[in-house]
Amino acid sequence: MRIILDEDTCIGAGQCVLAAPDVFDQRDEDGIAVLLDETPGDDQRAAVDEAAIRCPALAIRIDG
Amino acid sequence: MPGDAPLVQSDNPTKELVALTAIISFMTDTSSFPTTRPTGCPFDPAAEYTEFRATPTLDKVDTPAGIDAYLLSGYQQVRTLLNDPRLSSRGAVSNHVIVDRDLKTEAAPGSIIHLDGPEHARLRRMLTPEFTVKRMRALREYVAGLIESHIDAMLAKGGPVDLYQDFALPIPSLVICELLGVPYADRDRFQTQSTVLVSTDAEPTQFAATVHEVQTYIADLVMTKMNEPGDDLLSRLIERANASEQPLTVPELVTLGLSLLIAGHETTANMIGLSTLAFLRNPEQLAILRADPALAESAVEEMLRYLTIVQWGLLRYATEDIEYGEETIQAGEWLVAALASGNRDESVFPDAADIDVRRNPTAHLAFGFGAHQCIGQQLARVELQEVYTRLYRRIPTLRLAVPFEEIKFKDNALAYGVRSLPVTWEQS
Repeated sequence: MRIILDEDTCIGAGQCVLAAPDVFDQRDEDGIAVLLDETPGDDQRAAVDEAAIRCPALAIRIDG
Repeated sequence: MPGDAPLVQSDNPTKELVALTAIISFMTDTSSFPTTRPTGCPFDPAAEYTEFRATPTLDKVDTPAGIDAYLLSGYQQVRTLLNDPRLSSRGAVSNHVIVDRDLKTEAAPGSIIHLDGPEHARLRRMLTPEFTVKRMRALREYVAGLIESHIDAMLAKGGPVDLYQDFALPIPSLVICELLGVPYADRDRFQTQSTVLVSTDAEPTQFAATVHEVQTYIADLVMTKMNEPGDDLLSRLIERANASEQPLTVPELVTLGLSLLIAGHETTANMIGLSTLAFLRNPEQLAILRADPALAESAVEEMLRYLTIVQWGLLRYATEDIEYGEETIQAGEWLVAALASGNRDESVFPDAADIDVRRNPTAHLAFGFGAHQCIGQQLARVELQEVYTRLYRRIPTLRLAVPFEEIKFKDNALAYGVRSLPVTWEQS
């Protein structure tokens, strides 16, 4: 799977970091989400799905 | 409800026709925004929400502010529309419940909950680095220390104590002092003032005077941080704003500081007080949590969902026509996102009326949804998690010191909670 994160839409709520800490983090400077792994393995599927659902700005898209 | 309309038993067709017309007009009449909780169930939202959720259409309700509003009662309705950039937050949080409220007033500069689009994003972006998961977790130890010392103080005092006054209120207040960088010498006074600010029964004159005092205090604090920056939120905010294209003005900084104080104080205090009461009423759930501290995270999400203390939801305003299902919401119309109802949506949360500390319903709506979702949510989580892992283990025999029926609730406050929580425990 490939993750597309829209940094302009992100509001820095931190929901993705809670849901999938191996895939998402927040930048110290502005709190905006960053991808630690753009193409995580299937073992991260459930966590990434949860991150996408929890994101209040719907800034996370999953391809594949 | 139609079923309650008086039926006329008569063989007179004219009379029957009049009665029928009355029933039809009753059916098409707009219902009122539900505000009354079911008798004996102070944790449940108004029963009418169950009926509203049963119909997939958007219902319109009349509200105490004198406007009609679409009521978003289902989980998906709330999520979809709170994320729609065509909806404005100018009436937030819940101005629809304020009688005869003038809803046309402009948002004040720095009023982050009322601003939209780029104006809102500018303020939010300046604050987001202060509330990251990492930064809030770094506060965990400080929060834990505060909780332990307040438990020590309650144990030393001996029961009964008012857990709301002695525990639930001071902890979030002191955490905000720490965040904002309020000097230690000022914290007692700041805490007393902010307690008046969030109380529901302060005299209007005392309330107004206190608002003025706190505003003045925050303005002074802002000036101090401008001249002598420290390692705190306000200092960093000023520095960050000054480095931006459009630095924050002093009035904006004061409004932001005040917003953070109010948003972060009473909400968390209410969650601590109300969820403790809910646990005491559901001892089997409390026992599960107490036996396994690893459930604290899940239990916090569940209590946020179950209690949804922003009890009247979020008011929004359509700035453009919005097609939603069969309905066209027209520009200029109002909507209320009923968070408490969405969080009881059975299609998303089976047995939604029950507390299940193992449920971990992380996609709940208690912090709102969309661009305005609570900026302090990671701080609230840390505070509540630390309370849940410590309070009920340190005082395992915690119980109400008065009959449940005597507990008074904040029925008229934007953020629901208990007015006081007299508790006691087995004292050795």
